[in-house]
Amino acid sequence: MAYTDKVLDHYENPRNVGSLDKNSTSVGTGLVGAPECGDVMKLQVEVDSETHVIKDAKFKTFGCGSAIASSSLATEWLKGKTIEEAMEIKNTQIVEELSLPPIKIHCSVLAEDAIKAAIKDYMSKQVEAVATTTAK
Amino acid sequence: MKFPIYLDNHATCPMDPEVFKTMTPYFMEVFGNAASRNHEYGWTAEAAVEKARAQIAHLIGASEKEIVFTSGATESNNLALLGVADMYREKGNHIITSPIEHKAILDTCQYLERKGFEVTYLEVDQFGQVSAESVRNAITPQTILVSIMGANNEIGTINPLAEIGKVCKEKGVLFHTDAVQAIGKVKIDVEKMGIDLLSMTAHKIYGPKGVAALYVRRKNPRVRLSPMMHGGGHERGMRSGTLNVPGIVGFGKAAEIIERNFESDNARIRKLRDRLWDGIRGELDEVYLNGHSTERLTNNLNVSFAFVEGESLMMGMKELAVSSGSACTSASLEPSYVLKSIGVGEDLAHTSIRFGLGRFTTEEEIDFAIKKVVTTVKKLRDLSPLYEMAKEGIDLKSVAWTGH
Repeated sequence: MAYTDKVLDHYENPRNVGSLDKNSTSVGTGLVGAPECGDVMKLQVEVDSETHVIKDAKFKTFGCGSAIASSSLATEWLKGKTIEEAMEIKNTQIVEELSLPPIKIHCSVLAEDAIKAAIKDYMSKQVEAVATTTAK
Repeated sequence: MKFPIYLDNHATCPMDPEVFKTMTPYFMEVFGNAASRNHEYGWTAEAAVEKARAQIAHLIGASEKEIVFTSGATESNNLALLGVADMYREKGNHIITSPIEHKAILDTCQYLERKGFEVTYLEVDQFGQVSAESVRNAITPQTILVSIMGANNEIGTINPLAEIGKVCKEKGVLFHTDAVQAIGKVKIDVEKMGIDLLSMTAHKIYGPKGVAALYVRRKNPRVRLSPMMHGGGHERGMRSGTLNVPGIVGFGKAAEIIERNFESDNARIRKLRDRLWDGIRGELDEVYLNGHSTERLTNNLNVSFAFVEGESLMMGMKELAVSSGSACTSASLEPSYVLKSIGVGEDLAHTSIRFGLGRFTTEEEIDFAIKKVVTTVKKLRDLSPLYEMAKEGIDLKSVAWTGH
């Protein structure tokens, strides 16, 4: 399979690889996919609780080049966005940006799922934090 | 070194220069139709074909009259199965094979099932071997054919052909083997192994593409086949069509060379293969050999690199021409059916790479390959959430994955 230059660039120089502290209340973690399916993405966001702006984003991905590129691109896009804006990111935008062929569209879907899962995790932590504070 | 380094000799091999040289006069100078009986052009072409037939027959311990030329191993396999099925359907409708055969066998068997035949797919063990005992237990009075591959094209596992042949002889059932990968790497003797039909192809033994053969036993028993190609009655009526003279000449030469160099080639290639495996497992943890450790083609190495997806691994090793059992590399998006059949989990099937060495593989190339594999796997493991989780001591099997 021939890859587009953008996919190759993200594969060769993946942006924002790594891990954030998953136990921190300001960090949301999304882990999507399954090893049996051949792709797993872990995407993390660190959010400013005042402004809701994503200060940092990191990823690690087990998967094909397109899956790596989709998640790498996602972290690039997430930084600086508010969580509300981040929830608006659609897989079709990733497909377009990376010119993914039809057979690789599921990689972009997975990246969108990873973004949503990470933000949901962050939000549930906030709700818990509020609940804990109120209980005190 | 020439890049990318070719390590995909199970798919095809480069032609041996000696083979090419032998073929060249048969395109423009000796261009006759081997079936032309009335002039010099035809006679010389026929003589060249007969010489090649003898070279090929000699390689497998057959007589030249038992070699039927075809266009490829897919055709040979089709002719063996369909030809026997049609010819012996009065005798029975049961065929025995294995689930890890090449698609040319499996798809033909499925076609026969639609036509009313019964096919038994014997279980293979964790290494991909079929046992003679399981063949014996599966044979019924309705069984007309057993078709078991000589060696597997993905994992390189060699089957106990002589033992299976013995069972088939005892039971009076025809035995076909797809020996495409085994030829030249495993000593094949159709007499000693009790083989009645055997598929082989030129391009896997450094010959040209587009030419292959089916060995069809002529006595004890005499195997009869219904042809698929009807026409001029070439090849004892089993396969009509003008013979591919230059291709056949090249096939013959390739068979002669591989027989002549059998010991030295295999010893050298095996050493390089072992060097590759030792180099990889010396540097990386969590790498798993797929297939048999000893009953294995000398040129085959199939490895699962846990936590690293096969296609992304190949992407990082552009300098190596290899193949993967990963789903992402197949049109079906399903990981290798061969690995699945030997019980390799889908998680590990996605991480597998097949290395196929050959006559022209050098030590320098293998050393380069080792370095490339090791650095790429390490790089991708740094990127792998699974590797990170495994290192944290998380049991990946216990995680509730959100499959899609």
